[in-house]
Amino acid sequence: MIEGIFIGLETAFSLKNLMMVMIGCFAGTIIGMLPGLGPMTAIALMIPITYGFEPSTGLILMAGVYYGAVFGGSTSSILINAPGIPGTVATSFDGYPMAQQGKAGKALAIAAYSSFAGGTIAAIFLLIAAPSLSKVSLAFRSPDYFGLMILGLTAVSAFSAKGHFLKAMMMVVLGLMLASVGQDTLSDIPRFTFQNMNLSDGISFVLVVMATFAMSEALTIIFKANDPTKVAKQISLSQLGSIKLDKEETKKMVTTIPRSSILGFIIGVLPGAGSTIASFLAYGMERNFVNDEEKQKFGKGSINGLAAPETANNAACSGSFVPLLTLGIPGSGTTAVMLGALLGFGIQPGPRLYQTNPEIFWSVIMSMYIGMVILLILNLPLIPYIARVLATPRTFLIPLILFFSVTGIYLMSFNNFDIYMMIGIAVIATILRLYDFPMPPLILAFVLGGLMEENLRRSLLISDGSWSFLWDRPLTLVIMFTIIMIVGWQIFKSFWKKKS
Amino acid sequence: MKISPSKIISLLFFIFSGFYLYTAHQIQVFTFDEDAAFNAKTFPIYLGYAGLVFSALYIILPETKPSNVDLKVLDYKKTITLVILMILYGLTILRIGYFLSTSIFLVLSYIVLGERKWIWIFILSFPFVAIFMYLLHGLLNIYLRDPFLQLIGVMG
Repeated sequence: MIEGIFIGLETAFSLKNLMMVMIGCFAGTIIGMLPGLGPMTAIALMIPITYGFEPSTGLILMAGVYYGAVFGGSTSSILINAPGIPGTVATSFDGYPMAQQGKAGKALAIAAYSSFAGGTIAAIFLLIAAPSLSKVSLAFRSPDYFGLMILGLTAVSAFSAKGHFLKAMMMVVLGLMLASVGQDTLSDIPRFTFQNMNLSDGISFVLVVMATFAMSEALTIIFKANDPTKVAKQISLSQLGSIKLDKEETKKMVTTIPRSSILGFIIGVLPGAGSTIASFLAYGMERNFVNDEEKQKFGKGSINGLAAPETANNAACSGSFVPLLTLGIPGSGTTAVMLGALLGFGIQPGPRLYQTNPEIFWSVIMSMYIGMVILLILNLPLIPYIARVLATPRTFLIPLILFFSVTGIYLMSFNNFDIYMMIGIAVIATILRLYDFPMPPLILAFVLGGLMEENLRRSLLISDGSWSFLWDRPLTLVIMFTIIMIVGWQIFKSFWKKKS
Repeated sequence: MKISPSKIISLLFFIFSGFYLYTAHQIQVFTFDEDAAFNAKTFPIYLGYAGLVFSALYIILPETKPSNVDLKVLDYKKTITLVILMILYGLTILRIGYFLSTSIFLVLSYIVLGERKWIWIFILSFPFVAIFMYLLHGLLNIYLRDPFLQLIGVMG
């Protein structure tokens, strides 16, 4: 492990990779700060650029973008009460009241320190957990992987759909259907290509991500006639106040951070749960831990109330890399985008990544940490200036997002067909979003589609066409039981809610 | 009886799944693979059925959390115009080249969305695209087809 850490440090500390982390953190902060645009859009916009780099450099850039976008989301939550991503909604509960009291600088500093501390503790956990889990996951067989993928898809649908479980499951099926377009990997038989040569290689992952996130998010802002930057124009972004914390404030943070980090990391590892649930749970947990006097301050600018969700969401981000790096199964939409990018580089994450590509495995882990340090020392002092991005008029912002999306896909394929298909998918995604059909399950399913089919193929061939592989091994049985519990609970909840 | 838009979307998805299932059954597999435990059409067939089941469940079951969208506040005009502009952008990008088509797309999009600061419209279109092209073509060595720039001799 020590050797691996050194390999990771060597790769991550090369001048080129350090530059990439900095650029990633900076670009991610700016994109994540823009309300409505989250880490998935930020990473999606970066993918075409990363394909020109080595895999480790590309991944380092994306990891930087990811952390930058999460930090950017917190900034817009605190300054204008418009969370860039769901994971920073809980941040606004106490961050925004602090900003209204003239303590915006302090709130941003607490968010930055908490994120850093949460990320640091989680990175240590990741350092320990990832190699151990890699060894354990070598015992996983095709039926277990197939089961885990269904579990991941079901869990993401259950947790991210906000009460729209069936809609999320339809999106899962649609994602898998889109992934099935093109030649069959084993027999090369064309499927759903309708004799169109442009479809024979399947639908590009970048195209689907760009269409369902970047482009459709931009179209949704216009369609709903939202101007997310309007509020930002009304506040004075230059008067953020001091970013220095006194002893009492630091003391409060010191007690909150460790417990929120542990909670955040554990939630992050679970498939589908992610930073949103982690931040809400941490907020709730912290409220129960503090004394009555502090409890009264929750929702009115409590330091514990701000530090807890910020710590947890960053710890959850690190935690979400555990299933991605060790099992090759992403637990969230964002890590699904990262998996898609990895597959684009020709790298299959999983238990063997640790042995076959140690430089990637370790450099990503190390870069995450470097990214957090950069966020703290570079972004925090620059916040008053970066925050001006919040006031970028949507009249410029939207066309630029559309331009980057079209350019991204054009650079990859150099044909019009992909551009038209991207526009078509974006229009459909915009309508679906309008009626609360969630997009992360679609992306996750699209990325996992090929792997899922492959594992089902192996499982069915081994069991001679019998579905008994789903309950033959105790591990598969436990996974299937968990899936049934999640689906059953979601259906029961729907009926119970209706009746009550 | 009023049917919610989400149910209409589910109905459309049900029809789509039916079509997908029909097409999955039409996939030509090798003769020796016909009776195999798994062939090229096995997974798509399961997906077709899954699509039918989930969409049918949504149509049949009562909606616990209906999505309320006020159709009157939606900005159809700007959205449709932007989509048309993107289609035209896609149509012209290979014919007249990256520089002109992108710059014109940006200028028209800014105007459609109501921007009237002409200096910024100019800066964030032609010079911006030129710098972006230089970064891609000049520094990152990414080839960009541009008949217009080739015609005027700017690009080789």
